[in-house]
Amino acid sequence: MKNTLRQVFRSGKFVTGFVIFSAILLLAVIYPIISPGNPLQMIGLNSFIKPGTYVSVYDSLNTQRTYTFKLPGAAEKRIDSKLSNEDRLNIKDYLLRFGLPEEAVDIEQTHDLLALWWNNYDPELRLGSTIAENRYFARLDDKLAGIFESEDIEVGELDPDTGEYVRKKMVTETDYVNVSDVANVIRLPLGTDNFGRDTFRELVSAIGTSLQIGLIAGTVATLIGLLLGLLAGYLGGVADDIIMFFSNLFTVIPGFVLLILIAYSIDQSQRGVTTVAIVIGLTSWVWTTRSVRAQVISLRSRDHVNLSKLSGHSLPRLIITDILPYIASYVVMAFILQISSGILAEAGLSMLGLGPKTTDTATLGLMMDWAMRYTAHISGAWWAYYPVVLVIALVSFSLNLMNTGLDQIFNPQLRD
Amino acid sequence: MKGYRKYFTKKIVWFLITLVAAVILNFVLPRMMPGDPVAIIVGRVAAGVNDSSSTQAIYESYQRDFGLDKPVIQQFFIYVKNLFQGNFGKSFSRYPTPVSDIIKSALPWTIGLQFPAIITGWILGNILGALAAYIRKGFDKVLMPVTLFLGGFPAFGMAVILLSVFAINLGMLPVQGGYPAGMIPSFSWTFFTGIIKHYHLPFWSIVLISIGGQSLGMRSMSIYELNADYVKYSRYMGIKDRKIVGYVFRNAMLPQITGLALSIGTMIGGALVAEIIFSYPGLGTTLLRGIRESDYPLIGASTLIITIMVLVTVFLLDIIYGLIDPRVKAAQYE
Repeated sequence: MKNTLRQVFRSGKFVTGFVIFSAILLLAVIYPIISPGNPLQMIGLNSFIKPGTYVSVYDSLNTQRTYTFKLPGAAEKRIDSKLSNEDRLNIKDYLLRFGLPEEAVDIEQTHDLLALWWNNYDPELRLGSTIAENRYFARLDDKLAGIFESEDIEVGELDPDTGEYVRKKMVTETDYVNVSDVANVIRLPLGTDNFGRDTFRELVSAIGTSLQIGLIAGTVATLIGLLLGLLAGYLGGVADDIIMFFSNLFTVIPGFVLLILIAYSIDQSQRGVTTVAIVIGLTSWVWTTRSVRAQVISLRSRDHVNLSKLSGHSLPRLIITDILPYIASYVVMAFILQISSGILAEAGLSMLGLGPKTTDTATLGLMMDWAMRYTAHISGAWWAYYPVVLVIALVSFSLNLMNTGLDQIFNPQLRD
Repeated sequence: MKGYRKYFTKKIVWFLITLVAAVILNFVLPRMMPGDPVAIIVGRVAAGVNDSSSTQAIYESYQRDFGLDKPVIQQFFIYVKNLFQGNFGKSFSRYPTPVSDIIKSALPWTIGLQFPAIITGWILGNILGALAAYIRKGFDKVLMPVTLFLGGFPAFGMAVILLSVFAINLGMLPVQGGYPAGMIPSFSWTFFTGIIKHYHLPFWSIVLISIGGQSLGMRSMSIYELNADYVKYSRYMGIKDRKIVGYVFRNAMLPQITGLALSIGTMIGGALVAEIIFSYPGLGTTLLRGIRESDYPLIGASTLIITIMVLVTVFLLDIIYGLIDPRVKAAQYE
């Protein structure tokens, strides 16, 4: 046993897979501990808020201390944030259409460019080729208004008694606040999803749930497969025929069709994570059965098994001491693959709208499903689905890698 | 011919058995669930109806539609009789369109997309796998993890990634649908080029996934074969390497055909979900619509057609296998 483990951990493939898998598992376990909170809480009122650090405007205005910095290039940065390179090109495009010669327009010279724009832009002219383009130019004109201004901004408060604005604070160009002084700062490494939930927190919780689904499904499938495989292989005869008939049948009848039929027939209120996991397990035992049976058949007539039989050992003891240790490696390998296919099956099922009940859990499949229903991919909200796809792929990659590593150890013919 | 006849008869009988089993399962599974299936379905359909007498009316009409007032055995025979007539009942969500019409319009899209894609992926995967086994060294070191990664990749994930890169960010290909929106299907050239444009992304996402799954199997098979005694013997005999590789490839191919037959169900399942991402007008999208709109007859028909599609493919693969496996061929000279 110790020797086998040492051998296993010497396989580069297994170790790589193991490290990736453990890292994902640790993230799912540790993150909720260091940063507790409900992963499904809807914190944002907008959907698909992009990743970043959000600082409360209210709190930053009310911060006790402001600091003064005179940074070179601050004004240019401010202008750039309002006027992207694309905007510049579009302005040039407009001016050329207006009839200016090409050499008169230089998109690098912000002041000259905007002077030309303000002199020549006329919303009545409608120089854009489409309505959308005309609207864009109008929006751009609004956005550019006051772009060079550097006057202080006055912050006022409405006096409820007199109905007058009372000046509260002046904000100048060079005022800065320290983020740690601002009471409310949210860090959203992966933005929010369509419901305004913190995607990263949700993802971590979904990893946990999906791994749990994979584990339950894998355990159910492995236990059924092991039992049927042992029965078929050891007993032989009619039992073998019957079991093989069914496992051949379910090899060709696609498991996901059965999964869809069963999942659809279960009332949604009862379709919890465990139920879905068990259903997945119930439809994926075939491979384990087949490989266990094949192994048991070749073991059945070995000398040590016959010896044990002659010594009058009971069937359970015979199976536990003389057969299981020899097929353990296959069962472990099949189990690893079952976990990964269980996670994938849940994802597919959820994409079809048959995943676990949607209100109180997050799974990788459900996150994907919601992102697609709210067309995150079309609105460019990559943070709502890319990380999910990546995590599913990494989990399945790491498990497959572990499986391949084990395969090479236990099937010496495949060794490099 | 005796060997062939025996082999094919066996395969045909097995095909019929699986077909019957699939029909039974499709009939039994939804009816076997705890609780009253009609009540569950009515609960979903009547979610917005408050009036209890209309709920009752819906309930009764569904019960009649399913024939649930009759004994189960009789229900089954009605079900089978309807199947033979190609009658899957009427769609709930697009009443009174017959379900068979919806399926008929979706099926060519799925077949036209998935089979070419899976076969292309299978061929490319086998070539890459055999090359990896033969060349080893650097090629294998790179290819092995890449295909392992691809093989474990969910098909819908690949679909989303290709979609966001090529259709949305680069704007090279259309985002969704099977043909240009607003166009009426016809046999014109513009319609055809439109179809091809819409075909690319779903096609390549399925191909990439299948390459991943297939090349790994081929690699192991080829390594196994390359270490076999006949290869060593041929080497000692001085037979040219290229000829040996030919033998190895052919021997490793056979289990790959069986492997394809065994994994085709899972592959089609994954590809159906990938269809959804592109709103491709095939069976996957039809199934999704059935589930979202609680269109029970549509779901039942889709799952049955998908199963039959898989069974027919497995059967055809078995036949092809029989035609090229030298052992089956040899049996006819016995």
